Amino acid sequence: MTNLIDLTLSDLLKKIKSKEISSKEITTVYIERSKKSKKLNTYVEETFEEAIKNSEKFDNNPNFDKKLSGIPLAVKDLFCTKNVKTTAGSKILENFVPTYEATVTQNLWNEGAILLGKLNCDEFAMGSSNETSYFGNVISPIDDNLVPGGSSGGSASALAAKLTPATIGTDTGGSIRQPASFTGTVGLKPTYGSCSRYGIVAFASSLDQAGPMTRDVKDCALMLEVISSFDPKDSTSINFKRPNYFSDLNRNIKGKKIGIPKEYRVDGMPTEIENLWEKGKSYLKDCGAEIIDISLPHTNYALPTYYIVAPAEASSNLARYDGVKYGYRADGENLIDMYEKTRSLGFGDEVKRRIMIGTYVLSSGYYDAYYLKAQKVRKLIKNDFDSAFNKVDAILTPSTPSSAFKIGDKTNDPVSMYLNDIFTVPVNLAGLPGISIPAGLDKNNYPLGLQVIGKPFDEQVILDIAFSMEEKINFKLKKNDWWIK
Amino acid sequence: MSIDLKTVKHISKLSRISIDDQKAKKLEKDLNAIFKWIEQLNQLNTDKVEPLTSIAETSLRFRKDQVESKNIREDVLKNSPRDNKDYFVVPKVVE
Repeated sequence: MTNLIDLTLSDLLKKIKSKEISSKEITTVYIERSKKSKKLNTYVEETFEEAIKNSEKFDNNPNFDKKLSGIPLAVKDLFCTKNVKTTAGSKILENFVPTYEATVTQNLWNEGAILLGKLNCDEFAMGSSNETSYFGNVISPIDDNLVPGGSSGGSASALAAKLTPATIGTDTGGSIRQPASFTGTVGLKPTYGSCSRYGIVAFASSLDQAGPMTRDVKDCALMLEVISSFDPKDSTSINFKRPNYFSDLNRNIKGKKIGIPKEYRVDGMPTEIENLWEKGKSYLKDCGAEIIDISLPHTNYALPTYYIVAPAEASSNLARYDGVKYGYRADGENLIDMYEKTRSLGFGDEVKRRIMIGTYVLSSGYYDAYYLKAQKVRKLIKNDFDSAFNKVDAILTPSTPSSAFKIGDKTNDPVSMYLNDIFTVPVNLAGLPGISIPAGLDKNNYPLGLQVIGKPFDEQVILDIAFSMEEKINFKLKKNDWWIK
Repeated sequence: MSIDLKTVKHISKLSRISIDDQKAKKLEKDLNAIFKWIEQLNQLNTDKVEPLTSIAETSLRFRKDQVESKNIREDVLKNSPRDNKDYFVVPKVVE
């Protein structure tokens, strides 16, 4: 018999629904494995006892009509979970216990899923390597001392190490797709407005989206179907007819026009990634798709634009952490002194750096030169995609300009760290859906991903394309469980 | 345009984040590197471009002006950094 741990989410569901295994059985298997995997530092909060109780509750009165019947899941610690500590990887929220639930996690529980625990992430989702978390860096199961990517690094690592059958993350500039690419997993950032932001610790409100991280494309479609919903509690949630992403998933992409943007061929990109991209093109041709060269002329300006827009929004969003109503408080001689000490001691260096960048670009005398300028360039970037999508149905690019790097390699050079997100950030700026799927290995046997970008609300199209490519790629990762104790 | 130490301290004041001299010097270096990289946006002429302020080009929805959360005083105060059941406690602000 196949090891239970190795089953994909959709296969696991079949076994639960056919009563071959119980919810408690599979929940216990995941808990035991998670307990032996402390070295990876993926969990910041474990709710194992509660999970066992909930699985027993499910087994005593099972409802097999749900989409995630009795499935144990760990989620990124950026989602507020009622009565379960939610830290956003920050000291300032070290003891914060929400009294309400995020809409996307509520959607999981409504479909029968069971919370296993909360997964480590970069502090306030600001990072590309999971090295900025107050709770320490996460290690990738791919190799010792290797970063899992970020900011959903704990989610990616836990998923790749099989400590959860699937998970959800958030993506502001690549925080789902980049760690998915680094760990050989599938990650999807939905169209802005698809998944509710209610109850997600805010980073940059015009860019943040929650999305699934899974072992294969099928699971990704299933998780998306569960978490995507219209929510009146999020003022930017969009009310559109959501397809049944999972049951509608198919490999018929004949005649689809796929754009290849020449600007994504960046200097210094390893030839392995170039070759992988070529292979992706030929797979798509084999599936009957048509490859078309396109241009997204403002691609190079996306990152500097992002590093104005995102910190500006973050500086405003993070103003709420003042030590008054919740979170960490440092003592001060007076109110202002208390604010300044609280924020100085409560936030880590990267978060402080971004708050200061944001404060500067919004400050009197600099607003037009930086913030307004960035909003205008953002418009140009969106226009690039709009005109490309007049010619093509989707766009194929590499997910990242390199494979995963070693812990500590980029921490002293913020700009080189930011460059990790060069292929993912434009998608957030334009509010588009994008999916990263594992596509091959580099010379060190580290995973590399390909990204498919779609038109707004065309998640089904990019899922179908990814589903077709996945079959041709037939990605296999050979690794032993070296971290298990 | 470069950011000097005085500006770094001014931004830290505006951000309500206290920093010591050593941190300020490090930030001066980091911020200058980041803003030097950001300057490339000036290569683009954006005089005739409208700024993108919202990706979802819809106006905000209205809702009925109704109270939905009632009797949540305890919930609201639950995570207060100082134990108090009735209100948030801050350092004295009025002499």
